[in-house]
Amino acid sequence: MLEIANLEVVYNEVVLVLRGLSIEVPEGDIVALLGSNGAGKTTTTRAITGLLDVHEGKVTKGSVTFNGEQIDNKNPSTIVRSGISQVLEGRRIFAELTVDENLTAGAITSKDKAAIKTAHERVMTMFPVLAERRKSVAGYLSGGEQQMLAIGRALMVDPKLLILDEPSLGLAPKLVAQIRDTIVEINKDGTSVLLIEQNANMALSIANYGYIMETGKIVMDGVASKLLKDEDVREFYLGLHGEGTERKSFKDVKHYKRRKRWLS
Amino acid sequence: MTAIPVLLAASSVDTFIQTLFKALALGSLYSILALGFVLIFKATQTVNFSHGALALAGTWFLSMIFMDWDIPGRWLPGPNWLHWGIALLLAMLVTAVFGLIIERLTIRPMIGEPVFSMAVITLGLEVMIRVIADDAVMLTPRTLGIPWGSDTFKIGGASVAWSYIAAVVMAAFVFFVIWRFLRTRTGVAMQATAFDQEAALAQGINVGMVFAIAWAAGSALAAAAGIFASMSPWAAAGVASREGAFFAFRALPAVIVGGLDSVPGALAGGMLIGFVEIFAGQYLSGQAGILGYGYQQVIPYVVMLIALLIKPYGLFGTEEVRRV
Ligand SMILES: Nc1ncnc2c1ncn2[C@@H]1O[C@H](COP(=O)(O)OP(=O)(O)OP(=O)(O)O)[C@@H](O)[C@H]1O
Ligand SMILES: [Mg+2]
Repeated sequence: MLEIANLEVVYNEVVLVLRGLSIEVPEGDIVALLGSNGAGKTTTTRAITGLLDVHEGKVTKGSVTFNGEQIDNKNPSTIVRSGISQVLEGRRIFAELTVDENLTAGAITSKDKAAIKTAHERVMTMFPVLAERRKSVAGYLSGGEQQMLAIGRALMVDPKLLILDEPSLGLAPKLVAQIRDTIVEINKDGTSVLLIEQNANMALSIANYGYIMETGKIVMDGVASKLLKDEDVREFYLGLHGEGTERKSFKDVKHYKRRKRWLS
Repeated sequence: MTAIPVLLAASSVDTFIQTLFKALALGSLYSILALGFVLIFKATQTVNFSHGALALAGTWFLSMIFMDWDIPGRWLPGPNWLHWGIALLLAMLVTAVFGLIIERLTIRPMIGEPVFSMAVITLGLEVMIRVIADDAVMLTPRTLGIPWGSDTFKIGGASVAWSYIAAVVMAAFVFFVIWRFLRTRTGVAMQATAFDQEAALAQGINVGMVFAIAWAAGSALAAAAGIFASMSPWAAAGVASREGAFFAFRALPAVIVGGLDSVPGALAGGMLIGFVEIFAGQYLSGQAGILGYGYQQVIPYVVMLIALLIKPYGLFGTEEVRRV
């Protein structure tokens, strides 16, 4: 469904960030893309969704293909219309608008009133908290509610492929679990998912397949359940130790710090 | 002579009423101007220095449409005021198209350039439009055929110009329309773009379209402000080119006091500056010797400075006006 082949991306004509990246998302799957800070995960999403321009970035080699059509030269609006929707890193909800207005913005490419209504109802059932706060200004929602709104907003166009960029960032474990269940539910409803995460445990526990990237390249890939068990992956790439999923890892500490930055 | 104190009291109430209406009217004009500024700034992050020229252009369009071409009177029966109202809306529409063309030719190619360059371009536009208007088209003063002319009505002993009422009604009308517009799908898209351009793009919002709409709406509002400011008693008759254009600059304190990116701020800022200017002009005239002549014109800037000291982003402005 989505194929990234040998992709090279350069920022400001000089900074080479993606160096021959290749990823595939088969129809109906959840694919996890893992990697530490600065690996180029967000850059990958920008290349898929046409947002490189905003950051003075350019695809200099390779291609992104969606359902057989090359999309790396298309504008964001066309890409959304072709069925790709994304949840941006850091949520990026429209904090000054209400919950409903955020959802309206998410549905902007859709002309079909009935479809918009159906999508809206689906979001309301999926996230009852949002249903209670439809008229509230989104900026006043809690971090978890804002992430739900960001996901809901991306679902308003009933996408064929949903890209989520670190949806667990800065959320408490209980909320992470809820987001994970939501992603599974969305996938069951027929949407393929590209899940970008630093929380490898969460991502690999629901993904069919996983990729691990480092400085702009895939350094390892495989079936998610295998990756989750692989000693090397656990030690070197995921920073998980032993059996301790309960245990606070270094990463959780880092997340906490980052959350503070996002919310301030 | 017991009548004298009573007479004095009555006349001071009359003066107050007159001053009040005058302040409301000027505040309305500033608010309409400020609203146009704010819409363009909010969507495009550009301070539009060509607002005065657009106001001037709109006024000139009305004069051509209504007086020279007798539109819609040449086709439509009915009262004069109705014709004038339609001509007013047409003039705003033509100015909107004019603004669209300007946006397309000069602003759109500059998207992504520093905000400062954009502002300088609009400043260049301002000068250009004004020179063309002065030299080519406005050798003779033009009239606008305003139905109520310089008529007034009485409240007790106070006489109030109908133009004042018209300005207030117009402000109420445009603020209502814009407020409704901002709740529509397109309006939401515009606010989303203003808040976070990348996130708006990610939803598939056509940001170029949003820029165009903002410029069209801002230009139409500039036209409205220019037209209602060209009425008696603000201006003697018709289009006064230099005054019309400078008038827009006088609204700058109103915009800044209210906050560059706030619609309620445009209303509050406009009213505040209008009131301060008119009331100070009326009640401090005895102190003109101390304050200096022409002090009314300076007062808006003093208010602006004080407001900026207290609230650097305007009374209603967003703290982080520039977002990356
Ligand atoms: N607009 C830009 N201009 C120049 N360099 C950039 C730009 N955006 C990102 N980079 C660089 O590209 C590299 C990859 O960034 P990217 O945001 O894609 O990483 P990431 O994997 O998403 O990291 P994180 O986990 O922190 O979100 C980083 O070294 C970053 O500094
Ligand atoms: Mg990232």
